[in-house]
Amino acid sequence: MNTKVNFCGVEFENPIITASGTFGFGYEYSQFYNLDNIGGISVKGLSLKPREGNPPPRIAEIYGGILNSVGLQNPGVENFLQNDLPFLKSKYKKCKIIANITGNSIEDYVAMGEIVGSSDVDLVEMNISCPNVKQGGAAFGTNAKTAEEITRRVKEKCKKPLVVKLSPNVTDICEIARAAESAGADALSLINTLLGMKIDIKTRRPILHNNVGGMSGPAVKPIAARMVWQVKNAVKIPLIGMGGIMNGDDAVEFMLAGASLVALGTANFIDPYAPIKTLYGIEEYMKNNGIDDVNEIIGGVKPW
Amino acid sequence: MYQVRLCEIIQKREIAKNQIEMLLKNKDLANEAKPGQFVHINIESEAHLLRRPISICDIEGDVVKIVFEIKGEGTAVLAKREGGVLDVIGPLGNGFDLKKGKNAVIIGGGLGVFPLLYLAKGLENPKIFLGFRNKDMVCMEDDFAKCGKTLVATDDGNYGYHGFAIDLAKKELEGCDIIYACGPAPMLKAVKALSEETGIKAEISMEQRMGCGIGACLVCVCKTKNGYEKVCQKGPVFDASEVEF
Repeated sequence: MNTKVNFCGVEFENPIITASGTFGFGYEYSQFYNLDNIGGISVKGLSLKPREGNPPPRIAEIYGGILNSVGLQNPGVENFLQNDLPFLKSKYKKCKIIANITGNSIEDYVAMGEIVGSSDVDLVEMNISCPNVKQGGAAFGTNAKTAEEITRRVKEKCKKPLVVKLSPNVTDICEIARAAESAGADALSLINTLLGMKIDIKTRRPILHNNVGGMSGPAVKPIAARMVWQVKNAVKIPLIGMGGIMNGDDAVEFMLAGASLVALGTANFIDPYAPIKTLYGIEEYMKNNGIDDVNEIIGGVKPW
Repeated sequence: MYQVRLCEIIQKREIAKNQIEMLLKNKDLANEAKPGQFVHINIESEAHLLRRPISICDIEGDVVKIVFEIKGEGTAVLAKREGGVLDVIGPLGNGFDLKKGKNAVIIGGGLGVFPLLYLAKGLENPKIFLGFRNKDMVCMEDDFAKCGKTLVATDDGNYGYHGFAIDLAKKELEGCDIIYACGPAPMLKAVKALSEETGIKAEISMEQRMGCGIGACLVCVCKTKNGYEKVCQKGPVFDASEVEF
């Protein structure tokens, strides 16, 4: 049975990765299992300079999911390159490392793409879809023209395959997807979180100090699956699918919709072993359906 | 080292209104846990996904006692559990430093009382001040009294001292060289002020809405002199001088 997936020329042991912002730099969850058992990890969003993030509370629970407003707190790219990346690369030989980058301006993104693109990371994921920061982030990912420009400029300097992470908070995600593809993106990842809100009716205050935040978890899964399917039909480049994946069946669903790799985010918080169990779930599906190669599942949905 | 521990629920009872005490049996968890640490419990609800961080109240043999309040639907789901096995990550967090002083004062408010019992047991004759909303909420007074002089305050004054636990404590600080506190944010803020005023060191246990519980997701932060720090990993216990309110 083959679970290997070649994604932008990078050989993943299996299609399971973890979503940026839910997995730190791998230290914590690597205490539960060997990261070489999953395809890869996308590290916490990195910026040129350390970022403090948003004031707490930063999380609210909703029916079947969560809202978060972390605001890209991170120790900065230099710290990652000096400490975290050498640790990950020395300890794990199979697990692919995806550097997730963010910035306040196009220049920031270009500089980040150049810096991490010249490092040992396997892929670069450009986050132009964070709903939790005022500057940058989603401002670049909700307009096709700026998405095109930022992708083109980063692609010029970034030596590693570039994955553009898309926001679902747009009228037509396919338009942004096509813009990124035409600008040279090697792949797309979707979806980032959906903008949401929860209000404490006793205090009349939003739970999140940022008032609004990004929604994730099983509650967003149908929207994410729909968007993966629509984008798969709109572009030729491969996709990383995510949004509420909790188990093997969910992962298969996203792969059928068109995702070559699938990412788990919120699921990690509930069960640290969720990525491993999801892989087992995919393998069981393959066994039960006589599938020898996991790549056969990708895009295999039979639409009416 | 983070680990998932399967704990048998061997007893459950309501010790005050909506205050649920559960006894969880797991030898490794009981052996490793220190006062002030917490466990992160999978409540196994598809509607309310997140684990619930609940502080360790006490340990006897291989049994860990936790106490939580039914606050929302998630804790209500947990409170309905009868027997069986709980999926728990823990012990988590740093816990209290029991060696910071010789003459300790313990101040607890509301739910913040519960994490202090195992601490009180580990200290030599601490002075203990506990605050509750009203008489119906008062609990564990006898357990604390076995560890040291214990005084109780209630917000409405219908049991013990009428007022806050910290006001009781202020009268008994002579000779004290360390304050341990857990409770609502305004109380902890007052403890920090008291510590600055008197020069007595204070350790305070912070609460924050939590995600992963192990330091990966960065949601449960509190503001400190060094910026936002993770309550689940750097805390929940902080030196009062470090925390900014």
